[in-house]
Amino acid sequence: MASSFQLEMSGIGKQFGGVPALHAVDFTVHGGQIHALLGANGAGKSTLMKILSGAYQPDSGRIAADGTELHITSPAAAKQHGIHCVYQEVDSALVPQLSVAENVMLDALSSGQGSMWVNYRSMDKQVKAILSRLDDSIDIHKKVYELSLAQKQIVLLARILSQDAKVIIFDEPTAPLSDSECEAFFRMMHSLKDAGVACIFITHRLPEVLEHSDMVTVMRDGRKVYTGRTQEITGDGIIGHMLGKTFEEEFPKKDTVIGDVLLQAEGVKRGHKVRGADLEVRRGEIVAVVGLVGAGKTELARILSGADQPDEGSIYLKGKKLSLKQPADAVSAGIVSIPEERRKEGIFIHESVDLNLSIPVLNQVSRLGFISRKKEKALSAKMIGALGVKAASGSQLVKFLSGGNQQKLAIGKWLDSGAEVFIFDEPTKGVDIGAKSDIFRIIGDLADAGKGILYFTCELAEGLGIGDRIAVMSGGTISKVFARGEATQAQLLYYASGGLEEDHEG
Amino acid sequence: MKDKLLNLAFRYGAVVVIIGVIAFFSFRLPYFFTYGNLTDILGSITIVTFVAIGVTLSLVVDGFDLSVGSTVSLTTVGAASLMIWYEQPLWVVIIVPLILGAIIGLVNAFLIVKLRIPDLLATLAVMYIVGGIHKTYAAGYTIYNHMEFPDGTKAPGEMSAAFLQLGQGKWFGIPISAVLLIIAVALVHIFLTRTKYGRQMYVTGGNEEAARLSGIKVKRVRTLAYVASGVFAAIGGIIYASRVGSGQIDAGSPLLMESVAAVFVGFSVFGAGKPNVIGTFIGSVLIGVLVNGLTMMNLQYFTHDIVKGIVLVLALAVTFYVLNRSRT
Repeated sequence: MASSFQLEMSGIGKQFGGVPALHAVDFTVHGGQIHALLGANGAGKSTLMKILSGAYQPDSGRIAADGTELHITSPAAAKQHGIHCVYQEVDSALVPQLSVAENVMLDALSSGQGSMWVNYRSMDKQVKAILSRLDDSIDIHKKVYELSLAQKQIVLLARILSQDAKVIIFDEPTAPLSDSECEAFFRMMHSLKDAGVACIFITHRLPEVLEHSDMVTVMRDGRKVYTGRTQEITGDGIIGHMLGKTFEEEFPKKDTVIGDVLLQAEGVKRGHKVRGADLEVRRGEIVAVVGLVGAGKTELARILSGADQPDEGSIYLKGKKLSLKQPADAVSAGIVSIPEERRKEGIFIHESVDLNLSIPVLNQVSRLGFISRKKEKALSAKMIGALGVKAASGSQLVKFLSGGNQQKLAIGKWLDSGAEVFIFDEPTKGVDIGAKSDIFRIIGDLADAGKGILYFTCELAEGLGIGDRIAVMSGGTISKVFARGEATQAQLLYYASGGLEEDHEG
Repeated sequence: MKDKLLNLAFRYGAVVVIIGVIAFFSFRLPYFFTYGNLTDILGSITIVTFVAIGVTLSLVVDGFDLSVGSTVSLTTVGAASLMIWYEQPLWVVIIVPLILGAIIGLVNAFLIVKLRIPDLLATLAVMYIVGGIHKTYAAGYTIYNHMEFPDGTKAPGEMSAAFLQLGQGKWFGIPISAVLLIIAVALVHIFLTRTKYGRQMYVTGGNEEAARLSGIKVKRVRTLAYVASGVFAAIGGIIYASRVGSGQIDAGSPLLMESVAAVFVGFSVFGAGKPNVIGTFIGSVLIGVLVNGLTMMNLQYFTHDIVKGIVLVLALAVTFYVLNRSRT
């Protein structure tokens, strides 16, 4: 049943602190359609969807449903107009201690209207009726924390359906799901479509788009660059639109001597995110691990640096098997990490530059356990010079430094630790151009000194620019490895979007 | 302007209040500002300050130890019984309670670090257990020299003069225990600010995940903090037994909140904004001065808690108001 419902966004513009995120974007969805929304990271998909769901206010443009203009001033207003969003983090939207039935009816329970008494019998009946449209195998009296991730998604959907939903936005719904759960999910999405709901489907996985969507819209750099019927476009065509013509950044890449294997990971698995990854890095080599958001890069990086333990698989350093119970074990073996969440995990923002730089090498600046302020100052001054950190003095608090300088400290603290393997997770995120090239230079110098570098990034161009080898990660595995100069961005994107040569899991 | 005033209040507020309070009492009470009275004040705060040092250490690693009060009770009764019931030599009387304190710290650490029970809840439970153990062990009696048991027999031992020196002896009018306290404060201060272990404790408390990823063994650091907390409470308990010359049941219960108050007053001393042992000591002094002065002004005992509570609220208000402003 295709309904005539039509939601139209036209001329939507949005700026963040003077930086334009969206340029006059037009986007239209129809009831009874699955509309895939694609784009590389930072293309503006999420911003557009946040405007639609009321989280942001547009600077310009209008939103209309069946011709009448909507004023979506808050998420609650969006819900009143029947626009709902299923975020990737389903857990944040559900109350784990309550039952399935209570969660489905949460909006009704928390609204000011209706009786103050909860009628459990009629509630159960309503919830069963809704769930029968999705998946009736879920026991509605179970507590939500007992459910699997896929089941939680269903509960969240049921909650949306308990209200009058006209548009549902799915933000990368399949990223955390297993293959069979994905199939179930798509069955559900098709049944919603048949019920006349307009489904907006954000994903990075091209095969899913080609198989399940009716319409495709591609965004790039805050603009809509393509809209059309899915039958009329190929995967390569979509990739072409996603990349457009991008200018390559200059990377100061040195030629280094590549030596023996340093770090080697075999069949590393953990939960749904890392599903059997193999990877190796040699002396003097920079291995760029590229993949889209949600491919499992951060999770793999954390396992290799000892922050999380793998369920299966083994990690070798110079041929010796490691058992990493905590990051301290990795550090003492010579594997150090520069984590993605630098302000939360990489540095101590309420402390001084000196303290941040000396933390991993306290032994070197202390005698009999007593820290020598003189040695600490000297170390810090040396590092500040070598890294080009712009700080007033070593006693300045790190929270007053720019993101790029903070990142240099997160790297710099390891330089004197004698580490041999450096694991970088999105080191250029939130870093300005100048600091970026400094960071590339530091990484190049490390490789030149015979260190092994693992460089996890979702910026494909960066991976191509810096890597001696480029490993593409997708769906928790390394789907393809290219040598330097072998790959183009389009190829990387193809493999990163789930275009496999063969199924590695089989 | 307003910010500057606030920061000044934050930095020097506690110190100004202490000086003001001392000046006020000195002016009103002729005997307040005398050598004898000041050393008395110092003596009166030693036990609670030893306990407060332990609480400071648990707070440095972003934990909390509620079990220190009952640890004091257990070790007081333990030390007294070893001397009076079992006639043990001095070194046993001192070592065994210290070991008991360390064991309680290990239990806390096991519950918090290994089983991941929130620290307040874990140490609350341990507080009850230890409190119950010490009452069961003493069968509800205060342990005093040659005490008479219900069956008519008498305890064989009494507290030795050497042991009593610890809590009651004086050097040049200064209580020996206060001298020990000042040495302990100095050592812990050096430990926390000058050694790498102290540094590791502070960064673990400041940002545990960043500390972990920097290669610090955060579990071990936190465990040691709880063990140290138990040991310092045990020192408080030993001195308590020596001070009163007997093993009082439930001696430590009132010490818990008082030591916590001292630590939080210490947060605001010199604008530290974090647990620090010098601040803890000053916080303790402030409370000691207040109690001493109020007693001399003939205020009734039970009104003291009101004053202590107000001091704590003021210190907390200044600390957290300023800290939250500067963080956002």
